[in-house]
Amino acid sequence: MLKYIIKRILIAIPVLLGITIIDYAIMSLAGSPLEMMVGPKTSQAALEAKAIALGLDQPFYIQYWVWLKQLFQGNLGYSMKSYQPVSQIIGEHIVPTLLLMGTSLLVGLLIAIPVGIYSAVNRYTRRDYTLVSLSFLGTSIPSFFLSLIFIYLFTVRLGWLPSSGMTTPGTEGGFMDVLKHMVMPVIILAVSISGYNTRYVRSAVLEILQKDYLRTAKSKGIGRFRVINKHALRNALIPIVTVIGMQIPTLFGGAVIVEQVFSWPGLGLITMNAIINRDYPVIMGIRLLTAVVVLIANLITDIVYALVDPTIKY
Amino acid sequence: MKNNLMEKASKQSNLRMVIKRFRKHKLAVASFYFLCIITILAILAPIIAPYDPNKVTTSFGKPPSAEHLLGTDQIGRDMFSRLLYATRISLFVGFAVTIISTAIGVVLGLISGYFGGWIDILIMRITDTIMSFPYILLVLVAAAIFEPGLWNIILILGFVDWPAVARLVRGNVLSLRETNFVKGDVVAGMPRQYILLSEILPNTIGPVLVNATSVFAISILDEAALSFLGMGVQPPTASLGNILNGAESITILTSKFWLWIPAGVIIILLVLSINFVGDALRDAIDPTAR
Repeated sequence: MLKYIIKRILIAIPVLLGITIIDYAIMSLAGSPLEMMVGPKTSQAALEAKAIALGLDQPFYIQYWVWLKQLFQGNLGYSMKSYQPVSQIIGEHIVPTLLLMGTSLLVGLLIAIPVGIYSAVNRYTRRDYTLVSLSFLGTSIPSFFLSLIFIYLFTVRLGWLPSSGMTTPGTEGGFMDVLKHMVMPVIILAVSISGYNTRYVRSAVLEILQKDYLRTAKSKGIGRFRVINKHALRNALIPIVTVIGMQIPTLFGGAVIVEQVFSWPGLGLITMNAIINRDYPVIMGIRLLTAVVVLIANLITDIVYALVDPTIKY
Repeated sequence: MKNNLMEKASKQSNLRMVIKRFRKHKLAVASFYFLCIITILAILAPIIAPYDPNKVTTSFGKPPSAEHLLGTDQIGRDMFSRLLYATRISLFVGFAVTIISTAIGVVLGLISGYFGGWIDILIMRITDTIMSFPYILLVLVAAAIFEPGLWNIILILGFVDWPAVARLVRGNVLSLRETNFVKGDVVAGMPRQYILLSEILPNTIGPVLVNATSVFAISILDEAALSFLGMGVQPPTASLGNILNGAESITILTSKFWLWIPAGVIIILLVLSINFVGDALRDAIDPTAR
């Protein structure tokens, strides 16, 4: 097992390097970030001085090499806009994003797993069709449209929930305040997460229900509840775990849009700003981070896989 | 000759079975008719639309009336006409993206599955890399780099959406390669092209078609999201996403519901019905899978 993990990490390193090279090349194709800094009064000489200061006068492979060397010293570079270290920017914004994504995933699964099981156990009934149709509805609503409806209902009409930021400006924040700000973004992300997963859980459980060992369990007469929760669910977990691992990138993508609408101070929001300003060091930092997170998520998925299914050996 | 005829007959009855099974899904049949109607409306938009979508009329931000069925926007454009054209754009984007990504995916999947070896490894590594990335992030960076616009959005989404198809086709090719009829062809010395295009490809069309419906639905959603963020189809060209962009302003959100609700409802109905059709199609093509 340990050998397998080490092997996986070693494979991941060239993949990561490749990704950063491609990213860097694409970004230098995009044009210089200096264009975004030009004001009406900037002189040509000042621009050139700036280009040299930021190392932008060098060809792209030298820029990349400089960036890579810095990276190995634990330095992700500095933002071209605010001159803050990239690692500090990411550090400040990663917690809100993780909080948002983690809570949404949890809420989404808490809905999807029971609903999926219920749907599978009552397959081809009216209730099953209704639930499956609802899950399709959940994945068909664009998150930004749902956000607009929610803001209209709960902020404008009812005035129950705040629609922007993570804490009320000018206050200490505190648990209840953050919770209030989280309700809408979490529900919106959870709607699509539960929509996708309900169908996965349903089909995973359906497949297990056809198996011989389940018929054996049923015929032992241990009761419906135990058959489903003990024998069926545990075996259905394997495909579910894989699917959740695969959703991490999608989840991050969804967070970008929702963070944008709700001005949630997370990675999605700074990513959008960095893209608009062509703030390369920040974009590179975030891309590297997401790449690492995705690779780790894949690795954990495989490990959990082995834990849930004892027949899998690495 | 006789063999050929029998093959034809079995193909026809197969198609008939698929249609028969599809018909059992009432919601999917209804969705299918709905999509047909919307598509016809979108194609005929220049004839149906009462106004030019970009023409400024004399009423500004007026609610729906007999003159303007869905009201007018802030600068006096007829919303009904704009929505027709926006639906046209969104359907076009979805359709074009589906064609591009399915074509890329099918070709790479066939090559990867049939030839194997280092080509297979290379293609699958690229597939994994693209699949494991926050998709929206990739698209956003690409959109920012290549000047947002209709064709760029189509190309970007098309070049990002293919990995799932490639994997699917590769898997199918791998299992078909072991079947007796393909092995028979190999033994009979049939040319590779014939085996790939005439024997293997037709047998993977079903799953590819089902996958294409989900790509269609996803790319409509993605186009809307990108245009909503201002990175997609650019105004004044109307798209369902950039119409909704206007609703970020609080006055439109609170007091001019006709400027944003219809566009959102159209997106939901489109995506939902495409998903229903895709789900029923999956069931109709392969009733044993769930």
